Amino acid sequence: MNATKITTQISNAANLLNIKKWDYGASFSSDFSVQVDKGEAKQLKASQKQVITLRVWNKLNLVGITTTSDLSETGIRKALNQANIAANFGNKNEITDFSPLAKDPIQVKETDKKSPLGIKKLLKILREAELKLLDSHEAIKSIPYNGLSESFYERIYANSDGALRNYSKSQAALYLYARAEEEDKKPRSSGSVKVAYGVDDIDIESCIKEASRKTIAHLNYSSIKTGKYLICLAPEAFLTMMNAFSSMFNARSIIDGVSLSNKNSIGEILSIPALNIYDDGLNERNISSAPFDGEGTPTKKISLINKGKLENFLHSESTAKVFKTKPTGHAGLGSKVSVSPDWLVVERSTECSELNKSLDHSKYEGEYVYIEELNAIHAGVRASQGSFSLPFEGWLYKNGRKCSIESATVAGDIKYLLSNIINIEKEEEVTTSGISPHIWINELSITGDE
Amino acid sequence: MLSSSIKSSEIRFGECNKQLLEEVIFYGIGLGADFIELFIENSDNSSVLAEEDYITSVSPSFGKGAGIRIFKDKRDGFVSTNDLSKHGLMRSISQAIQMLDISEKTNNSIFNGLYKLRDYSKSKIDWLTEVPTINEVSEKLLLSTKALKKDKKVAVRKGSYTRNWQEVIIASSDGTYATDIRLHQTVGLNIIANDAQYRSSGSRRFGSHGIPNEFKSWDHEKAANEVYESSMNMLYADYVQAGQMPVVLANKFGGVIFHEACGHLLETTQIERGTTPFSDKLNEKIAHESVTAIDEGLSEGSFGSLSIDDEGMEPEKSVLIKNGVLKKFISDRAGELRTGHKRTGSGRRQNYSFAAASRMRNTFIAKGDYTKDELITSISDGLYCKSMGGGSVGATGQFNFSVEEGYLIKDGKLTKPVKGATLIGDAKDVMLKISMCGDDLELAPGFCGSISGSVNVTVGQPHIKVDAITVGGR
Repeated sequence: MNATKITTQISNAANLLNIKKWDYGASFSSDFSVQVDKGEAKQLKASQKQVITLRVWNKLNLVGITTTSDLSETGIRKALNQANIAANFGNKNEITDFSPLAKDPIQVKETDKKSPLGIKKLLKILREAELKLLDSHEAIKSIPYNGLSESFYERIYANSDGALRNYSKSQAALYLYARAEEEDKKPRSSGSVKVAYGVDDIDIESCIKEASRKTIAHLNYSSIKTGKYLICLAPEAFLTMMNAFSSMFNARSIIDGVSLSNKNSIGEILSIPALNIYDDGLNERNISSAPFDGEGTPTKKISLINKGKLENFLHSESTAKVFKTKPTGHAGLGSKVSVSPDWLVVERSTECSELNKSLDHSKYEGEYVYIEELNAIHAGVRASQGSFSLPFEGWLYKNGRKCSIESATVAGDIKYLLSNIINIEKEEEVTTSGISPHIWINELSITGDE
Repeated sequence: MLSSSIKSSEIRFGECNKQLLEEVIFYGIGLGADFIELFIENSDNSSVLAEEDYITSVSPSFGKGAGIRIFKDKRDGFVSTNDLSKHGLMRSISQAIQMLDISEKTNNSIFNGLYKLRDYSKSKIDWLTEVPTINEVSEKLLLSTKALKKDKKVAVRKGSYTRNWQEVIIASSDGTYATDIRLHQTVGLNIIANDAQYRSSGSRRFGSHGIPNEFKSWDHEKAANEVYESSMNMLYADYVQAGQMPVVLANKFGGVIFHEACGHLLETTQIERGTTPFSDKLNEKIAHESVTAIDEGLSEGSFGSLSIDDEGMEPEKSVLIKNGVLKKFISDRAGELRTGHKRTGSGRRQNYSFAAASRMRNTFIAKGDYTKDELITSISDGLYCKSMGGGSVGATGQFNFSVEEGYLIKDGKLTKPVKGATLIGDAKDVMLKISMCGDDLELAPGFCGSISGSVNVTVGQPHIKVDAITVGGR
């Protein structure tokens, strides 16, 4: 769909309905995916989707919103009309407007877009990957969760004030989750996910090796004694934790009263001084980067924690107005404009002299629990209270040996966790959700079966 | 609702599309497909949010689209599109044929045209006009958030309403031709309370299917009282001490554990993947003899009920486990084809962009003979889980659930509230440890996310006792 054409179509329909002020976000996508089962094609899937979210301001400057996938003339007129009706119920206490930055220049990486390989090629690649993973160890009996997909999409933002911006991208993903079984033992499972701009860019071999290594590493398992342990959080696990508690940085959550922070929290000490955290959606290693948010505001890098202190909040247009600042490019158009981080980057700050740098996950021989992956975030995190109790995949390191931990949870409080970091390793790893080094925590509660 | 046969080059809801659908199916069969299914959907949804004493969002949404599934032998290809023209549907069929690499125009079945339309929408055509207006919804939501405003400790009050209306047309090459209208409404209340460093939250969700006026009779005061009391009880609670202990799980939403820990493992999609420990256990004991478990889509008004599933089959009542013995799996068309388990009217999907899969509907543990008090008094040192949060089950059958409202049991009596509890276990083990079932079965609505998207379900059980389970805490 052409951005100018759809904008003209909406503009014409709005004129007919005497709607003077509107904006919209649109998404058009083509997705292709395959799954296999022991060499056989299981489900092959293709979809073409189009969806627009329209906002309309009425004469009282109250806003209403509608989403539709019907882009026919009647469909758009119906959506505008319904948004106009919804505007009568608009929030009088929080007046929303266009982003003042919706016409500012944006950075679009045109080179990101790849050409589709097609289902047959996807199938061939996935079959080969499945076979290699099955052959990598005799205990790996199946790859129950697997998939290779490629997506091609275009996003548009435009408003009645003349803002019009769009970008198109491609993205591919491979996931392989293996299941290993040995006699008289419980089945064990683990896997790997890789994303890239196109299927040809995915490091398939490393996905296979990682899925195999992680699964096999869980074969020798044991329950863990309930107690408090020295913890090393893998980069993915720390990023999962920070994303789960990102309401600390979220101006929308603060206004709604569901954040641990409040309007006066800027400058508050959240962690040890050795920690820096940024949100950096445009980072060149972020495959899912978007040059603008749902309100058309350009995406930008923003410091959230600087040397342990809370430095900035993430904003939409309306939260920025409440906080008397500018939107930061983190808005999502929905029934209520949401705010969320794009891609977190965690690093050791220059004030790191207090860290215990002997804690290095590749060398340390003392007893500790290594948490590779945190699960069931939706159930085990109480962001408004700061507490968590989460199942995890990981190992107990003891006397120079490691043993996979069977069925355990880690519990604690995010503020305690951040202020009890005792080492931030130097080397950073790029994951699908951001960049982080390994992070060591003095002590957290682990519940095991023992 | 249906007018006389109208020739059209595009699907028209509320009109006869038989000829167009037959042409599209003939086209696909002619290209060599063994089986073709078209799922065509028109949706009209609305949501309203009240925060504190204001309506902060009213959000309608609309959608139209088709999901086209083709089988060749045991393989299937699925294409979804927003283009409901004959040309668009045929293009999608060609794409699916191409994906499955079907080059020979011979197939294992023949298409003799569609049967007479089974029209389940006849008595439902006025539902969309009978649902409460935005004004009515707004007024009641504001009353409910006002009812939560009981003291200064209440920091956040929210009420939300969602209405999903869906009109579907299902046609397939075995002659299936059906149309239906579905209406789901939910209303939820959320609260956050705080006092100095203490914080707690509470939530409840209520839902119905096919009852346009249900919201009007919703007892918002009773609901607000429940949510308020729950959050106040938990406000000053200590963290639970971790360990193995017996637990009593409350009725209604307590059934989420059976849903997650066992129900999913009885779906044929799990047999296909090889991720259920129960695949070869039909007619074997997999649970304590006190456990009988049912999945059905028939209970009037229940959130997981259906007139037809998303493959056009009327739902049946499936006794999954009878007195501890596995009796049946939950199956859809692909499940029957690939595992041999007969379809149960459980082929479900979130919308046209998902292929149907075997999914639960109203799933519950049947009532037993004990009172709730008998369950509690049988425990000297354990945990009562009055309200459950969410949870998940992994690829090896291990599950975990958070407890939203919990109380310690000491010497057969409920004592102090505790927070931060997580129940952890293995489906295969825990089913054998459900030793007592109460006589107070109740259902609760919920949303289940899985392979074919988010679908409306109910979970349920009477109060049950689990002899030993790992409780995660601090």
